Amino acid sequence: MSPVSRRTFVATGVAAGAGLVIGFYLPHGSSSQKDSFSPSAYLRITPDNKITIVVARSEMGQGVRTALPMILAEELEADWKQIEIEQAGASTLFGDQTTGGSASIRTTWDPMRKAGAAAREMLISAAALTWGVPRSTCTAESSHIKHAATNRSLSYGDLVAKAATLPIPSDSPLKQSKDYKIVGQRLPRVDSLAKVKGEATFGIDFRLPGMKFAVLSRSPKIGGKVSAFDDKESKKISGVSYVGKIGDSSVAVVADSVWGAMEGRRVLNVTWDDGPNKDLNTAAVMASLKQAASKKSASLYLAGDPTKAAGRHISAEYELPFMAHAPMEPGNCTASYQPSKCELWAPTQVPQDCRDSVAPAIGLDPDQVKVNVTLMGGGFGRRLEHDYAVEAALVSKAISAPVKVIWTREDDMRFSTYRPASLHQLSASLDGSGYPLALTHKIIAPSISGQKGQPTPNNVDPDLPDEAGPVYGLPNYSIDYVMTETPVPLGWMRSVYALQSAFALESFIDELALAAGKDPLQYRLHLLAKDQDLTYFTTTWHTARMRGVLQLAAEKSGWDKPLPPGHFRGVACFGCFASYMAEVVEITMENDQPRVHRVVAAVDCGQVVNPSILEQQIQGGIVYGLANALRAKITIDKGRVVQGNFDDYAPLRMDESPAVEVYAVPSVEAPTGIGEPSVPPVAPALCNAIFAATKKRIRALPILS
Amino acid sequence: MFPASNLNPWINMADITLRVNGSEKKVSVSPETPLLWVLRDTLELTGTKFGCGAGLCGACTVHADGNPIRSCSTPVSQVSGKNITTIEGLSANGLHVLQQAWIAEEVPQCGYCQVGQIMSAAALLAKTPNPNDDQITQAMNGNLCRCGTYERIRKAIHRAAGNGGAR
Repeated sequence: MSPVSRRTFVATGVAAGAGLVIGFYLPHGSSSQKDSFSPSAYLRITPDNKITIVVARSEMGQGVRTALPMILAEELEADWKQIEIEQAGASTLFGDQTTGGSASIRTTWDPMRKAGAAAREMLISAAALTWGVPRSTCTAESSHIKHAATNRSLSYGDLVAKAATLPIPSDSPLKQSKDYKIVGQRLPRVDSLAKVKGEATFGIDFRLPGMKFAVLSRSPKIGGKVSAFDDKESKKISGVSYVGKIGDSSVAVVADSVWGAMEGRRVLNVTWDDGPNKDLNTAAVMASLKQAASKKSASLYLAGDPTKAAGRHISAEYELPFMAHAPMEPGNCTASYQPSKCELWAPTQVPQDCRDSVAPAIGLDPDQVKVNVTLMGGGFGRRLEHDYAVEAALVSKAISAPVKVIWTREDDMRFSTYRPASLHQLSASLDGSGYPLALTHKIIAPSISGQKGQPTPNNVDPDLPDEAGPVYGLPNYSIDYVMTETPVPLGWMRSVYALQSAFALESFIDELALAAGKDPLQYRLHLLAKDQDLTYFTTTWHTARMRGVLQLAAEKSGWDKPLPPGHFRGVACFGCFASYMAEVVEITMENDQPRVHRVVAAVDCGQVVNPSILEQQIQGGIVYGLANALRAKITIDKGRVVQGNFDDYAPLRMDESPAVEVYAVPSVEAPTGIGEPSVPPVAPALCNAIFAATKKRIRALPILS
Repeated sequence: MFPASNLNPWINMADITLRVNGSEKKVSVSPETPLLWVLRDTLELTGTKFGCGAGLCGACTVHADGNPIRSCSTPVSQVSGKNITTIEGLSANGLHVLQQAWIAEEVPQCGYCQVGQIMSAAALLAKTPNPNDDQITQAMNGNLCRCGTYERIRKAIHRAAGNGGAR
C-alpha cells in the first residue's frame, strides 16, 4: 500500500471506532489491544498511560532507537520517561525501511513529527470535549492535557478512548525549534543498560527451541562453484546432523552447537570448480581502472568550461583499494521454515529486502515471510546485503527445522562485499595568484548498484549524487564518472564513494595550495569566500555553510597558533548526505609512521536531535576513517581474498585512537545525515598533515601499505 | 597409523566440571571446545561475544581466577577447576561500578564489544585501582571496537576508578 492510500484508510478506520485500526495496523510482533489510541503506525497509547513508539529503522549503534522516538515524543509533548520503544520488522506501513545513506533521521523527521503533532492535537480535542471547554484553552504537557483556568488535568491514557473516535487532522501545527524540550537534549540512549549487562539480544544471541547451528563452506575463489563434496569425516563429528549443498557455491554443515558445525566444516572435503576468476588479482583490477580512464565518461557536475581555461597546469592521480566493513558481530541469521511460511530473526539494515529476496529462494510469496529485526553488532553497510538471510532460510528448509547460520570472522572478511577500488584523475589550471581557473575530477570506479543489476541511469552509479558533489564554487569545474565493472563483490561501506571523492579532491586542493605557496586553510577559505549555491543532482550545496564548518574547525583547533615542536596538522572538508564537515588532524611522525593525537571536527547537519549521539557518530566515524586511511586494504590473489582476520586487516586500537573534539554549527534547518559524513575528510586531512611533516605526498591508500 | 577420525578430539567427549559465576556446572563436551562456545551454547550465557575466534578482538573476554582470558581460544579443559566469571556474574548486587560508569559516559554504540571491554577493564581495576592513561591503553589494547568508542571507554574507566573501581 502506498503512503497515500494508507493515510486514507487510517482516517476512515479511526472514524469507525478504536479497536478497528489496531489489529490491521500494528507491525509484526505486537499484540492487538482493544482500546488503545494509535493514530499512526508509529504510535500507540494505552489507557494505563503507556506510550509506545515504533522504530522503523534498524539499530546498529547509530542510536535510532533513541533519536527517532525523541522526534515524535517532542511533538506529542510526551514525558520521555514513559516512552517504550518497539522495533518494527519488515512491514508495509512505513515506506522504505532501509537503514543506510545516513538517512534515518532525514527521512523520518517529517513523518515522526507529524505523527506526534496529530496525536497531540487529537488528545487536546478529546480533553476539550470531555470538559466542554474551547480547545484553545487546553495545553499539552508531559503526557497530560491541562486546563489552567480550572486547574484540571487528564493523562493521555485517560483520553485514549475519546481520542480514538476523532478524525486525524492533516495539518497539525509543528513546534518551533526554540520550544523544543526533548530534541536537542543529551538524553541517555535507551539501550545502554542492556548492552552493559550483556543482556542485549543481538542477532547472534537469539535462540529458538530446537534450533540448530550451521556454518557454510563457500567457494574460496570469487565466482567458483561446488563440484562435489565428501562429508564422511564431518558426519563423525558429534552433533553434526546434516551436510548439504546450498545454492551452487556453498555447502552447509549443521550441528547442535556452533563449535560442532565449525568442526564439521573443518574436516569437510569439497572439490571446487574454480570458475572464471581463478587467476584474478588486485593488480589486474587496478590496471583495468587505468585502462578505463580514457573511456567515455558521464558528467556528474559541470560549471563553465574547464577545457578552455589557460594558466599553470597541475595534475595528479589518486587510487584507493577495496576495503571491508568488518563489523564486530559476524554475519548471522536465524530462520524457521515451515511449508507455507518462514520467519526470520535478522540483524539487517534491509528487512524488506530480506523478505523479498528470501521468499523466491524458498518458493514462498513475500507475504509468507516474516522478518524480525534484531539488534546489530555494527553494520557499516555490510548488513545492506541479504546473503546470510537467504542462506538461513535455505538451510532451514533443507533440514525442516529452525537454524541459525553463523559466519566466522574469516567468512566475513573473505565473502564480504567490498568498498570499490577506485582511480581519480584531477587537473587544475591556476591563475597568477595560484587559484584554480578550472578544476576537473574524473572518478573511475566500478558501480555497486550496477553489479547488483540495479538501475544506473545515464551510466551514473545512483550513490554518486549523495557522495561526489562539488565543494568549491569554481568558475570552471567538472566532475565526471567512468563506470567500470569488476567480478569482485561490491557493497556500500560507510560513506560509500564519498571516502574516495574526498580523499582525491581534498588531497589535490592541498597540492594546489602548495603550488600557490599559500596556507591550506586560507586557500580553501578563499575558494569558499563568495556565497554560492552549487546545484548537484537534487542537493544544493551552500559555500557559506562549508565555509562555516571550516572556520569553526580552524578556530577550535587553534589553526593560527603554533604547535608543539614535532607536531603537524592537516585540514580537509567535504559534504555528503546533505551535511557539511571539516576536520583538522594533528600528528607527530614516529618511525616514519603518523601518530594521530587530536582531531577537531566541525559539522553542520541542521538541527541536532541528540548531541551525545551526534558526538558518538562523529568520533566513531573518525576512528573508522582513520583505520580506512592507515591500513584498510583487501587484496585479491588467484581469485581469493587474501585477508582473513583482524591481524591482516587491522582496525584501530585504543593506542592509535586520537582525542576527537566535535563541534556543531547551531542550526534550526531540517536535520541531515550524521552517520557517515565524518568519515571522508579524515584520510585527506591526515595525508595533508603527513605532507606538512614530511613533504611526502600520499596519493594511494592505505598509508601504511 | 591411526585412522584420521581418532585424531579428531571432538569425537572424544568428556565430562568436565566448570565453576562459572560461583556455581558448579557439569558439561559433556570435547576437551578442545573453546570455552566461549560452552558458555554460549551449552550454558546459554550469551553475554560473552564471538568476534574473531582467534584471540585478536577481545569480544569474548571473561575472567579465569580474576585474570582476563580470551574464551574463544581457550580450550574448556584448560579452565576446569578455575573460577570463571562472565558478564552475567560480574556483579552480585546491581551494577558493577564500571557498568555504571559505562552508562554515565554513554559508551556503547552498537554495544557488541562492550561486554568484553568491561571485563578487561574490571580485571585492570582489580589489580590497578587508579590506572593512568598508559596503563589503561595497555590493558585495553586487545579489545577492538569498530564503532570507535575508545575515548569514552577511557573516560568511563577513569570515572569508575574515581568511584572505587577496585571493588
